[in-house]
Amino acid sequence: MAHGAGGKASRRLVEGLFAPLLCADSTGPLTDAAQLSIEGTRFAITTDSFVVKPLRFPGGSIGELAVNGTVNDLAVSGARAEVMAVTYVLEAGLPTEVLEAEVRAMAAAAQRAGVRIVSGDTKVVEHGKADGMYVTTTGIGSMIRGLKIDARSVRPGDKVLLSGPIGDHGITILLSRGELDLEAELCSDTRPVLPLVEALAAAAGPGIRWMRDPTRGGVATSLNELACDCGLGIVIDEEKIPIHDAVRGACELLGLDPLHIANEGQFLAVIAPEYSDAALNALNLLPGGEDARMIGTVCEQPAGAVLAATSYGGSRIVDMLVGDPLPRIC
Amino acid sequence: MKFVDEFRAPELITRTSEEIRRLVDPARHYRFMEVCGGHTHAIYRFGLKDLLPDNVELIHGPGCPVCVLPMGRIDDGLALSQQDNVIFAAFGDMMRVPGTHGSPLEYKARGMDVRIVYSPSDALKLARANLDKHVMFFAIGFETTAPSTALTLMRARAEGIRNFSVFCNHVTIIPAIRAILDSPDMRLDAFIGPGHVSTVIGCRPYEWIAKEERKPIVISGFEPLDMLQSIVMLLRQLQTREAKVENQYKRVVPWEGNRAALKAMAEVFQLRPYFEWRGLGFISQSALRIRDAYAEWDSERRFDVPGVRVTDPKAAQCGEVLKGVLKPHQCKLFGRECTPEHPIGALMVSSEGSCAAYYNYEHRKTAAATMLSQTA
Repeated sequence: MAHGAGGKASRRLVEGLFAPLLCADSTGPLTDAAQLSIEGTRFAITTDSFVVKPLRFPGGSIGELAVNGTVNDLAVSGARAEVMAVTYVLEAGLPTEVLEAEVRAMAAAAQRAGVRIVSGDTKVVEHGKADGMYVTTTGIGSMIRGLKIDARSVRPGDKVLLSGPIGDHGITILLSRGELDLEAELCSDTRPVLPLVEALAAAAGPGIRWMRDPTRGGVATSLNELACDCGLGIVIDEEKIPIHDAVRGACELLGLDPLHIANEGQFLAVIAPEYSDAALNALNLLPGGEDARMIGTVCEQPAGAVLAATSYGGSRIVDMLVGDPLPRIC
Repeated sequence: MKFVDEFRAPELITRTSEEIRRLVDPARHYRFMEVCGGHTHAIYRFGLKDLLPDNVELIHGPGCPVCVLPMGRIDDGLALSQQDNVIFAAFGDMMRVPGTHGSPLEYKARGMDVRIVYSPSDALKLARANLDKHVMFFAIGFETTAPSTALTLMRARAEGIRNFSVFCNHVTIIPAIRAILDSPDMRLDAFIGPGHVSTVIGCRPYEWIAKEERKPIVISGFEPLDMLQSIVMLLRQLQTREAKVENQYKRVVPWEGNRAALKAMAEVFQLRPYFEWRGLGFISQSALRIRDAYAEWDSERRFDVPGVRVTDPKAAQCGEVLKGVLKPHQCKLFGRECTPEHPIGALMVSSEGSCAAYYNYEHRKTAAATMLSQTA
């Protein structure tokens, strides 16, 4: 299970098995989307699968996640999603209303995000498999002009930008499973971040070095991946990280670290210092970008690692997620 | 956020650390043991060592109820659940703890029915919902969690729920502290006392530490300000050559403890004559077993327990780290053969384990302090 959680084990699986066997001749760090050039036209392609349980939760459902997740993977790779192909693996016995609700949700999400669903496939498996339904998507996007995303271009002194509050999605899912006697006014943050990315590109394009959407494994994992890929250190200021009180409360109660919790409507960006004010202002002015903040800086040390500083002079290493975030008891 | 932010207020923290610097005798090296694993984690999580002068050393004690379980007990629990129709239920803490043939999560991946529960009453709920299965709750914890296990057993008996049992590994804190003080390896000046155990047992059980051993002990909360204030209180006692029990965690810990909780524990549990602790050996009267009146809900009497004693791998130094003789990174296997992903001992995976705390928060900090001042 740990291999799917987005943290260390997942990375090892990709780096150790998939990458060497499937794309041995490609170079460069692993990214959310691949960039290709066919007959001179550049575009990006990404693929993703969605196995969320429960299928519906406050703020969204698997259908919306599938569309937004794909759009976002492309957006943080510097691409505008144009078309998507979708596969459904359905569990025998899934009520038609449930399927219809998800298809409607996908259609609505696709329209909102400006992407066309052009191809699809369906399979049905026995009752007891597929948790109701699994969805897989493949998205293709055109490159946004002026953006060049590459972890290797990150330099000491660059600023780390976070688009909004963290932890909403993961905690919402945890609570909506109903295993905990915990209630909160929370909903998933699932949304397409493309409008924010495009605004960022317009305001600070030449200064954007790297972007990522912190889904499974959270902000901690994404920043650790960056630190690994660029060989530098990331120092974040914990006080600056936007987080809703309900998420903080749930995490304190359960002993979870918000930095490890999945997000479905946020992104991280590394911006050259001379562009950082323009970048932040551009986001803060947009609906949905008001909570964007600069949360840290790239440094020489600690090389390859992420450090969180407290406002009173203490610090701690922020590691990548190991396994699934298990709530602490005692 | 109430009860959290006030105890993380930067100005108060800064002032308290300055007070600590004023109180320390520069010619002296202070050795304070924090008994509780939750305190160990708080120290690393909040970077508290950065705020203390170099001559105040914090030593990690054996207050991690998962870490002190010998591997044989984990194996026993897993062996009991391997029978058909048994659901193994335990706190999240237990899930990655290594037994000889794997952790509960690994057993789950191999097909055993393993469930994470957040309280023993959740395990009882599972029993009610799965009448064709037997739910075995692997109970761990010091006196902090023993009362809820006791209450759950009382409810199981009252409701006549037969498909439920508890594999009881509750241990008690006072014998562990006594074993530390009796150990020739340790020279300690004072104790930062466990916070949550004390909500149950109160502060009286620690009085012998002050009266007989002449060591100050301050029962502490878990926020940065709590721990720093506790250190101030310890330093003040040492300065005036006092030794007494003080309660810094007054907002949560009552001096007399929780009578109702203690009553429930006495109703359901009795002390085992002796119990084996990882690193500390056999300690008498240090662990709880289920009384005869509740024998039907005692996994050890419902099922055959293999009872195999498993010694730790020779190179692993879990025992010395548990006693505070070694710091986590001084164990030869730390960060190499033993990491959170492939742990040799429970100290590396338990949320209360000092090796896990050190690994997750500390071990790659290099010239971080200087870097921080440059980026400010």
